[in-house]
Amino acid sequence: MKTIGFDTLRKEAWDKVTGRAIYTGDEIKAGTLHARILISPHAHANIKSIDTSEALKVSGVKAVLTGQDCAVRIGSILEDRPPLAVGKVRHFGEPVALAVAFSERAAAEAVNKIKVEYVPLPEVFTPSEAVESTAPLVHENLSSYKKAVSDVYPEPNTNIAERVKIRKGDMAMGWAESEVIIEASFQLPKSDHIAMETRNAKAEILPDGEVIITTSSQAPFTVKKMISQYFNLEEGKVVVKTPLVGGGFGGKAAMTLEILAYLASKAVNGQAVKIAYTREEDIVSAPGSIGLEAKVKLGATKDGCLKAVEMTCLLDSGAYADIGPRMAKAIAVDCTGPYNVEHVCCDSLCVYTNRPYATSFRGFGHESYTFCMERSLDKLAQTLSMDPFDLRLKNAILPGSTTPTMVTSTTSNTGSLPACLERLKSLINWGEGSRIELGNGIVRAKGISSLWKTSDLPTDAISGALLTFNADGSINLSSGAVECGPGMKTTLAQILAETMKMDLSRIHVKLDVDTQVCPEHYKTVASMTTFMAGRAVQRAAEDLIRQLKSLGAVVLKCPPEDLDVAEEKVYQRHDPLKFIPFKDLVHGYQYPDGQSIEGQIMGRGSFIMSNLTTLNKDTGKGVAGPAWAVGAQAVEVEFDTKDFSYRLIHAATVIDAGKVLNPKTARGLITGGMCMGLGLATREAFEYGDQGEMLNTSLRTYKVMHIGQEPVYLVDFIETPQINAPFGARGLAEHGIIGIPAALANALSAAAQTELDQLPITPETIWQAKTGGKI
Amino acid sequence: MFKLEGKNVITLTVNGEKRDVAIEPADILLTVLRDQLGLTGAKPGCLNGDCGACTVLIDGWPVKSCLMLAAEAMGHQITTIEGLKNAPIQKAFVENWGFQCGYCTSGFLMVCHSLAAIHPDADEYVMEEWLQSNICRCTSYEEIRHAIRSIITSA
Amino acid sequence: MIPFTFDYYRPDTITEAVRAYKELEGAGRFPIYYSGGSEIISMARVNNIHTKAVIDLKAIPECTVFENNANELVMGSAVTLSAISEANYYPLLTKACGRIADHTMQCKITLGGNICGTIRYKEALLPLLLSDASVIIASGNKLATIPIHEIYNHRLNLKKGDFIVQFIIKNKYLSLPYFHIKKTKNEKIDYPALTLAAILDEGRVRLAFSGLCAFPFQSPKIDTAWNQEGLAADAKIHEMINHLPGPVLNDVYGSDTYRLFVLKTTLLNLEKELEKMPCSN
Repeated sequence: MKTIGFDTLRKEAWDKVTGRAIYTGDEIKAGTLHARILISPHAHANIKSIDTSEALKVSGVKAVLTGQDCAVRIGSILEDRPPLAVGKVRHFGEPVALAVAFSERAAAEAVNKIKVEYVPLPEVFTPSEAVESTAPLVHENLSSYKKAVSDVYPEPNTNIAERVKIRKGDMAMGWAESEVIIEASFQLPKSDHIAMETRNAKAEILPDGEVIITTSSQAPFTVKKMISQYFNLEEGKVVVKTPLVGGGFGGKAAMTLEILAYLASKAVNGQAVKIAYTREEDIVSAPGSIGLEAKVKLGATKDGCLKAVEMTCLLDSGAYADIGPRMAKAIAVDCTGPYNVEHVCCDSLCVYTNRPYATSFRGFGHESYTFCMERSLDKLAQTLSMDPFDLRLKNAILPGSTTPTMVTSTTSNTGSLPACLERLKSLINWGEGSRIELGNGIVRAKGISSLWKTSDLPTDAISGALLTFNADGSINLSSGAVECGPGMKTTLAQILAETMKMDLSRIHVKLDVDTQVCPEHYKTVASMTTFMAGRAVQRAAEDLIRQLKSLGAVVLKCPPEDLDVAEEKVYQRHDPLKFIPFKDLVHGYQYPDGQSIEGQIMGRGSFIMSNLTTLNKDTGKGVAGPAWAVGAQAVEVEFDTKDFSYRLIHAATVIDAGKVLNPKTARGLITGGMCMGLGLATREAFEYGDQGEMLNTSLRTYKVMHIGQEPVYLVDFIETPQINAPFGARGLAEHGIIGIPAALANALSAAAQTELDQLPITPETIWQAKTGGKI
Repeated sequence: MFKLEGKNVITLTVNGEKRDVAIEPADILLTVLRDQLGLTGAKPGCLNGDCGACTVLIDGWPVKSCLMLAAEAMGHQITTIEGLKNAPIQKAFVENWGFQCGYCTSGFLMVCHSLAAIHPDADEYVMEEWLQSNICRCTSYEEIRHAIRSIITSA
Repeated sequence: MIPFTFDYYRPDTITEAVRAYKELEGAGRFPIYYSGGSEIISMARVNNIHTKAVIDLKAIPECTVFENNANELVMGSAVTLSAISEANYYPLLTKACGRIADHTMQCKITLGGNICGTIRYKEALLPLLLSDASVIIASGNKLATIPIHEIYNHRLNLKKGDFIVQFIIKNKYLSLPYFHIKKTKNEKIDYPALTLAAILDEGRVRLAFSGLCAFPFQSPKIDTAWNQEGLAADAKIHEMINHLPGPVLNDVYGSDTYRLFVLKTTLLNLEKELEKMPCSN
């Protein structure tokens, strides 16, 4: 009967191994039109003219749209992005025009015939150049853009979309107390989510004005709100549906194609239109991850006690802000990593450049700043001649310490980093030495990294759950959370089954989301679904139990407080043989003479974030998320000093999960994140030509990890409950990625005995760092 | 000489059944399977032969259906994921947590199924060589390795 | 999805194929011969090639012949890379084919396609160059047998309308000791930073390269430099670099200096391996 803590098969497992699982692109209604986009070949250029006349002559073409046809600007933080470029293009790959046709081939043929004249403009490609006062402006009218939230502070006539400041303690005192100071700078490239399903959407507008959008999205409710808001539509008239999603990793939290699908449908009298990014467009036109340039300065005593941390983080958000300002915030909020530091100064800037724009990506910026911080800690350890483990243990955040935003750490809100570090140390056999020469120029080396992450959701983010009964006493569970891989719907079913003390097989989950019938869930992001939707499910279950007891009390002729529920029965606690099965209650109770009372029993559970605050603009003080999950990671490599090649041997993670709800699923989420982290660390990066054109826009040229390249994974969990979370479970879906790039760089820096401060690390980059590029 | 000029109805043998489809000679097999036969288990992932999500079997061998013309498939036995009925690899993927989002799964299953039939005693190297044709972005591959291992006996 | 339409022709004989090409060419249909077709589809998809007619060679018996007789190995141009690997008549070619694209693609890519395509690396060519293969060409109304070094010299010299029917390798080459190494940026399934193939033939080493210059090559001068007696490896390598037939590639898969570094380490590795030849890598 118990399901929490046990390996639990995902509800849709058999659909997924038989080809029957349905994703957005799988349901093709006859008569659906197809749309294709034209993208910019320039990184920054004025659009002098667009000639669509030849495109419109292509047989089967129904409409061709340009930026002139959609006078809206969109953005979840700053409304800075036209769905199709207006006046100028700001990045290679920006959508410029769109064709709608009977067939995809005709739409593509039409797109090929759209003629655009561009006048190139000076580009700005790196955030450090972009913050210079002489830099070309990506957005000349930044100050005129509408803010979608109140707490964002774009700086007019600059490329700075947001600046988040952390001012904790007294830096002068921090430096004075520091006997050793190290400084380092880092550059991390942009990369891409590469969800296997590219973003795609369908839209149609019914005669009564109802807009139906089906989309591969992590945020269907946001799509509903934004479409309604931008086009002045009644919110209830916009219905957004999301079937199973083929991977998200944060990339499908932003609205991209939905608005183009809507505009395309509108242009053809509301007929259904389908649009899908090609892989190339999914990489360059749709948002990827941020790039980061960072400077770190650490001060410590001779015995390794961290005294001061100063950081400047320039996030390369690319041409549009999207959620970038919030990533700047997330980096600032957790900038030190899970360490107790009294004096912290951090400036985290979200900066515009003429690169493809960025959105949330697994880790929400944490994998980027963690690389900088954890590389710096290894440098500090080296300077101090201190063991990297000891340095981290010595400074680990403990109950009573405060975070950079001055939240007091507790066992519940943080868990135990020392426990994670200790466990990791034995898991990877650190005691045998972190650098071992095996002979013939081969070296084995290990590197470590700590990690932590809280969420940075709006302070009023909501979730909900609705439960209905079938006449046989089984339950239907509906939630607005999207199933994009982590098994959220199954987790929610587990939480429900456990709370109701009934069998998991008797819980039926609605796998897809329909905004008209499912209760809103903010977005399926930030490793927050178990917490938010799980709390809503718990409440909904309590709602059911209360009603069951109330009706059971009538039938069993006792006070409701004498009753309990289990195994689909309401029973008397003092005499369990006196019970009534759910099936006799859930659709109303009928007396022997036919009279009936009550009706369907339905459960509702609502959740809203509590006790979160916005950050103080000057000091950053505030509460960004409900809790952290902390962890420690390690990578072991075998490095060939002759040709600078390396193999991944082990990768290890120990996370304080609070409570592991579903062990195999939890392990899979952690190792999946680790694998992605190894991809970032070893091969994934956008490459550009001199004019800002992207060179690796396909999976032929943008490489991700394949089977056979993975290390042996070692994963373990610590369980320090988060008291206010369902069964104590902390969010951990993103966390596997966070410390891996840093741990790998620490391992390879130790192996090659050179400082590797950029990603990705390839034999060529090690050769460059080690020899300066000598043959 | 066999000719297909313009739109034509051709017959494909899919999962053991003869199916008529109306195609342009430039239509790729993947689109025809999905749009005309409703066999949507094979997925578009890159349409460039790089990700393997669209893998089907042609005469028992894995082929990326995005880089094959439907016309080329005439006269061959096409097997899609919908044609697997309780194949051991399907159960193995379920039991080993071999997927998360599930989008790449059909393609992986087809490669694994073909490997198990052609090289039932494949060693680690051969297994990796075959499965490197596919990308999974959710798992770490550890689970997929366990799944395929459970149905082929290493030499 | 290919953003244009074309017609599809599948001749049953060489004569039909050549005639179809001529007629379609005359009719302004820009015909292209189609073998595995994967490169044609992927390029057509992004408008890098355009045609109104493809001529699929896979039904021509001579193009799908694959046999090892008493004297020679005969490989039709439409034999797939995976068929070559599975049969393993020529282990060096098996190695080379096994590192082109990925295994599933090897079930589609053909030997002829790899060599006639526009992707510059043509890694299946290296074993053919080293084994002095003969190439059977359908040219007009006749078949011609041409040494590979004649038809390929930094580029393939096929006349418009001609196509490769077969590759023939003398048996003596199939079992020579060999060396094959492919170095990529970091990901195994990738274009090469350097692919080096070598055979040891009567005490003399022959070398062929891909990924070093803009085209694959085998060079008598480079072989001579390597086979010099009594010269230290460093000196030999220096001399070989001086004989490279073109500038070293400099792109996202590796800078020119890095490729030279890889060349050097690989050659040093080769020298060690030669001491224990026959070998495989």
